Amino acid sequence: MPENPRTTSTPTASATPVTPSEPRTPLWRRILPMFFLLLGAVVFLFPFYYMIVGALQTKRDPSLSGAIPWPSNLTLDNFIDINASIDLGRSLLNSGIFTGAVVLCTLFFGILAGYALATLSFRGRGLLFAIVLLLQAVPFQLLMVPLYVLLVRGFGLGDTYLGMILPFAINSVAVLIFRQFFLQVPREMFDAARIDGAGEFRILRSIAVPLVRPAILTAALVTFLGPWNEFLWPFLITKEQSLQPLAVAIANFTQTGAAFHPNAIGAILAGSTVLAVPAVALFIIFQRHFKATDASTGVKG
Amino acid sequence: MSQDTRQRGARGSGRIASSAAPRGRRRSRLERLLGRHPVGLLLTAPYAVFVAAIFLYPIGFGVWMSFHDFFFTAPGVDVPTPFVGFDNYVTVLSDPDIRASFLHVAEFLVINVPLTVVISLLLATALNSVLHWRGFLRVSYYVPYVAASVAMVTVWMFMFNSTGIVNQILGPLAPDPSWLVSKAWAMPSIAIYVTWKQLGFFILLFLAALQNVPKELNEAAAMDGANRWQCFRTVTIPAVRPATTLVVLLAIITGANLFTEPYLLTGGGGPNGASTTPVFLLYQQGIQQGNPDVASAIGVLLVIAVLAITYVSRKVTERD
Repeated sequence: MPENPRTTSTPTASATPVTPSEPRTPLWRRILPMFFLLLGAVVFLFPFYYMIVGALQTKRDPSLSGAIPWPSNLTLDNFIDINASIDLGRSLLNSGIFTGAVVLCTLFFGILAGYALATLSFRGRGLLFAIVLLLQAVPFQLLMVPLYVLLVRGFGLGDTYLGMILPFAINSVAVLIFRQFFLQVPREMFDAARIDGAGEFRILRSIAVPLVRPAILTAALVTFLGPWNEFLWPFLITKEQSLQPLAVAIANFTQTGAAFHPNAIGAILAGSTVLAVPAVALFIIFQRHFKATDASTGVKG
Repeated sequence: MSQDTRQRGARGSGRIASSAAPRGRRRSRLERLLGRHPVGLLLTAPYAVFVAAIFLYPIGFGVWMSFHDFFFTAPGVDVPTPFVGFDNYVTVLSDPDIRASFLHVAEFLVINVPLTVVISLLLATALNSVLHWRGFLRVSYYVPYVAASVAMVTVWMFMFNSTGIVNQILGPLAPDPSWLVSKAWAMPSIAIYVTWKQLGFFILLFLAALQNVPKELNEAAAMDGANRWQCFRTVTIPAVRPATTLVVLLAIITGANLFTEPYLLTGGGGPNGASTTPVFLLYQQGIQQGNPDVASAIGVLLVIAVLAITYVSRKVTERD
């Protein structure tokens, strides 16, 4: 689905035609949506802001004035504090390995399958595509226990990166993003290469992959969120703290370890900030590449 | 399939087919067996193997477990797992806690789904009509969506606990016991949290749908003397109906998968089990208490319930 240029942050003159009734619209009617939207933005951003302020406060102040970062009350001690309880570096490394491996696997399998589904005809293509779509609807709750039994009890993959990564290593959304992308590439490009005698692997490497770069960024962004924010599965299979991703480590600290800290809330919020800020920053930087339509291609069928 | 035949008709010799097999009858037989580009099978094989191993087999295994007496053993120990018919399902359905957990999800959906649809459609419509700050507004709406739930849950806990900022503002209006420790308020609080968390994604979905609505439709309606509300009702709402169906579907799936939020916000299903969810009990039964067979039965029932609800909601949202 082609994105209308008006979604980008700089509206162009041509993209915003003036409706005939607009000049006569009273002022309040034009201001009202903006007021509504700004109010919404405050509601949406406030908890995020409050988390960062709370992470920087020496003493927690639950009153209204606590939402204001008074310079006298600011400190980085909470970050040191949480780092003493859960090794932040180690947890971030675990999150990074988990997320990085998932994104790499997703892109690799996604490009291969997306390319094949879009440009090649082979037996079982229809069936495979049906399965890709169906997987969108498979709920994790049905998979959780059997996967746990198989991977942890059966293969002994509890407390391993492999066990963490496997259930996320393929992602139908990525396959659909790539398939959609390759469908938009003129078929003649691939056909010409074939006539010139290039093999499919050569075409894939020299034509398809360089072409698909923008889609790689979108697919990577969409799949990054899942493992980075995932709690349930790594929580199930990691008992050893040194292997837990940051989300699991913080959740466990919140549930159990927090009681002994002088400013436990500050420490928890500091940890939460470390967890939330990288993903948010990434999405702000690449916001143009993040479209809900991509993330949901599959469900629409 | 039409692509397939078109391609076959248009061009005689593809490089793959001609190199993979000698020309003549054998090639066409191979082609009939594997398709025109057998290399496609090779390229999709890793994906297909993963699907089989990580999705299809476990689903089958889960359904199988739900009909058998299955328990954890030390690796390599062979113990019988007799077929027990619907025993696990009887156990699940006769457990009042599990029945209650399904009701909690229903309560969640009743609050979450309408709120999600109405607020995200209104915000998307407003966002679509303003000229300035669109990028900033879009980003502020999806900040909660891209931030980890584990991180945002902790902030909400401190905002909504008995001495939190929300109660400080409300003063005497604050409920007692407070939001997350009150039997009546725990589940609605979770539903509101999840609405807030997910809304940015749904706004983007509606925004994409709105941008495909032809401007002429609204202009024509305005010419005919329709006011804003009439335009919204007669043009916008029907035009974004497919997106609405999708939003409802995704919100239902999110609700059925609910685990992290009640687990963290209310310390694992508190107060007094008022915020337990099927997935939470599935975790308790299957992994903590070692009854994977009962847990699988919960999973199967949950999936059946979700399919039934989505079927009904599709009928409702797609109705003209």
